[in-house]
Amino acid sequence: MKTTLTVNGEAHEVTHDPRRSLLDTLRDDLRLTGTKKGCDHGQCGACTVLLNGERVNSCLCLTAMHDGDEVTTIEGIGSPERLSALQKAFVEKDGYQCGFCTPGQIMSATAMLREISEGAPSYVSDDLEVPKLTDTEMAERMSGNLCRCSAYPLIREAIAMASEVSQ
Amino acid sequence: MKDTFTMDCPQPRLLDETHQGVIGTGMDRPDGPQKVSGTAPYTADNPTEGVAHGALVRATVTRGRVAGIDRASIANLPGVIDVITDPRMTRNPAQGMAGEAPVQPGDAVHYHGQPIALVVAETFEAARDAAQRLKVTYTTENAAVTPENGEHEVGEPDAAGDFQRAFDSAEVQLDREYTTPSQVSAAMEPHAAIAEWKGNEVTLRAAQQMVRFNKAELADTLGIDESQVRILSPFVGGGFGSKLGLGPEAAAACIASQKLGRPVRVVMPRQTVFDCVLRRSETKQRVRLGATKDGRLTAISHDDQVSNLDGEGFAEPTSQASQFLYGADGLSFTQTVARIAATPAGSVRAPGEAVGMLAFESAVDELAQELGMDPLELRLKNIPATHPLDGRPYSVRRLADCLTGGAERFGWKDRAVKREGDWLVGMGMASAARSNMLVKSAARVRLTGDRAVVETDMTDIGTGTYAILAQITAEMLGLPPAQVEVRLGDSDLPGASGSGGSFGANSAGSATFLAAKDLRGQIAERLGCAVDDLTLQDGRARGANREVALSELVEAELTAEATIEAGETAETHFSSGFGAHFAEVAVNEWTGEVRVRRMLGVMAMGRILNEKTARSQAIGGMVWGIGGALTEEMVNDSRDGHVVTRDLANYHVAAHADVPRDMQVVFLEERDDWANPIQTKGIGELGISGAGAAVLNAIAHATGVRIYDFPATPDKVIAALEAKG
Repeated sequence: MKTTLTVNGEAHEVTHDPRRSLLDTLRDDLRLTGTKKGCDHGQCGACTVLLNGERVNSCLCLTAMHDGDEVTTIEGIGSPERLSALQKAFVEKDGYQCGFCTPGQIMSATAMLREISEGAPSYVSDDLEVPKLTDTEMAERMSGNLCRCSAYPLIREAIAMASEVSQ
Repeated sequence: MKDTFTMDCPQPRLLDETHQGVIGTGMDRPDGPQKVSGTAPYTADNPTEGVAHGALVRATVTRGRVAGIDRASIANLPGVIDVITDPRMTRNPAQGMAGEAPVQPGDAVHYHGQPIALVVAETFEAARDAAQRLKVTYTTENAAVTPENGEHEVGEPDAAGDFQRAFDSAEVQLDREYTTPSQVSAAMEPHAAIAEWKGNEVTLRAAQQMVRFNKAELADTLGIDESQVRILSPFVGGGFGSKLGLGPEAAAACIASQKLGRPVRVVMPRQTVFDCVLRRSETKQRVRLGATKDGRLTAISHDDQVSNLDGEGFAEPTSQASQFLYGADGLSFTQTVARIAATPAGSVRAPGEAVGMLAFESAVDELAQELGMDPLELRLKNIPATHPLDGRPYSVRRLADCLTGGAERFGWKDRAVKREGDWLVGMGMASAARSNMLVKSAARVRLTGDRAVVETDMTDIGTGTYAILAQITAEMLGLPPAQVEVRLGDSDLPGASGSGGSFGANSAGSATFLAAKDLRGQIAERLGCAVDDLTLQDGRARGANREVALSELVEAELTAEATIEAGETAETHFSSGFGAHFAEVAVNEWTGEVRVRRMLGVMAMGRILNEKTARSQAIGGMVWGIGGALTEEMVNDSRDGHVVTRDLANYHVAAHADVPRDMQVVFLEERDDWANPIQTKGIGELGISGAGAAVLNAIAHATGVRIYDFPATPDKVIAALEAKG
């Protein structure tokens, strides 16, 4: 079957198995392998992408369900030569070790910063109207992204640093 | 090639005399921009023209034989190419540093979940579907799947003095039993392999930690010469022991590719990683401590029972650190291995200490409580003069400094149980130790003008190898690190130790150092000065009253290759990293939930090569300590042994919310001249050792109750609090 997707601003028509996940379409059909497969069950977050601006686990999305949708992957955030503020902060703070979960952490953090700036509260928000970017908020909101190397405190330092830069 | 350098005597500290000033600095990883942009090529990311997809079929019985595989049952599924069975296929990953094929079981099934065939199809979806639908029949046999029911092999004790007499006559005795469940590495990158043959030579892209050994394992598995094998592992998405040995996915990919005449990719689904990648054994541990009333240890015993599959040589070295941390008049350590039909056990980050120190340092803490003594003082009082079992002197040991320095920084002396609403807050601490190793390693450094290239089959599994080898070379040759390129993970390059046992930086780093040192000699010769008078800095060479740019001095390439291996210092001196962990936790008295509020690890681990990557590894280890203490538990079904917790929703690794921001690491200045010529000690595993015990001891401090069956999940904490009343 065929599905049309806009990925990182570019339109693609892909012919695919009906069982194909968005993750496998990105990786194997479009060769955007920055998005990683860590569990294929929505449990690790390594495959996080933005779908119409919202973060999702792409392994839990069937490609066939997303005709006409817009996807942003890590490749759409920055390249080694032109890193985003968040990507630079991850390098500076050593917010990774093996790097496998990193694209997912960065995609998730990209969306998370916007969610907070738009006032979306979380379970740990002290103020439901105006949530702040505290470490506790970040820890809560990033817990869908596992890092077995356990760079967690440094990942959150990197997010905080990038957030300060952008303000 | 030069002769092998053997580590027979203490080595001068050349890296303290060089001038570039990059060694030890927290330089960003050179591979960082690739990692954060998703362009670092992990195994499954490599585009391969015409690749077929393989899915491993796993046994659904515990023990027996594959009686029949009904190929017709999937023949009509679109896209299915073949079902591969082959006597060369393997049962589980090789044990670390095996250098030979793991067990090739033929049609025998030894544990539930064992790979028994590979379905190959045109697409991943077809292969996955067909592997699940394939009809397999078995003949079955009975097998013990729990350690209680398995056959027990009792080892000879490691002992010194007369433990029993010392214990029996001790003024104060403590005798406790602890249990820990199986654990897994759960690296974020699942095991992956892409194999492609050209004639009778195979190239395997694979997620492996120890390329030199893996090459030998693959050649032996396939029954071909090592010269016919090339393995590429430039980026590995975490290992933690799980990728030490050649895995069944790699063997299957090579065999299928050879048979089908096209490249084959096999990536394990997460559930398969749980089923057939080596686990850390569950343990049952008995710790007995005897002491005088004033807190001098007189008797130490740490006996353990672990498990493994028949014939697997590995046994979790549970009491490894307990054997040299403290001294006593009598010491005894006995291990029992139970033979069970379950996923084989092997190395998972910090084999031994990760679970052994949970128990041992809990017991030491409880003894301090019995003695009415500060746990810090008890530990300080019992640091032995020499290795308690064999009398060897320690190379350099700053355990006391770690303990006292950590206590001061953490505010230990002011600790008091606090109540904050429903939360009870307390502090705990523990010692840390991880023995240090040097493993045979080779590296080549090439210098053209003011640019250098380092080449070795060493891997970077997140540890920072790309960074530290660039720093060592840059420091030795007087170059900015950006002018050093590091090429890793290619079996055609000089063979290194690989990543394991915290010995990678020591071993591959020393080989790189020696190759660069050789180049310094060659540069001095060109400059016409003695090597001792040579100064290299910022791409310029000075000596004999001359200063010349390397770009002028070294027009044609200079090359040096060096090999190092352990020597007499490993016999004459005992080298180990030491440290101290401190934790503050809050325990909810109604839900039993434990929240780690802050941790501090003070560690002395020789020369730090990169402050930033070293810190990251240490924090990672401490987080694994939290996981071992509070959440990580692999459950096997007690009837057939199958893995129940076979995904990341059921096996609980620490997540962001489990880890506080305040995770402090302090490295004490140290040089281990007896360890290797760069004076380093291993880092990756010391961070775990004792970290979980500090958390558990903090629970005991906060609540007054102790848990003996780890992890200390809320159900156990509630039960203990209720029993206390």
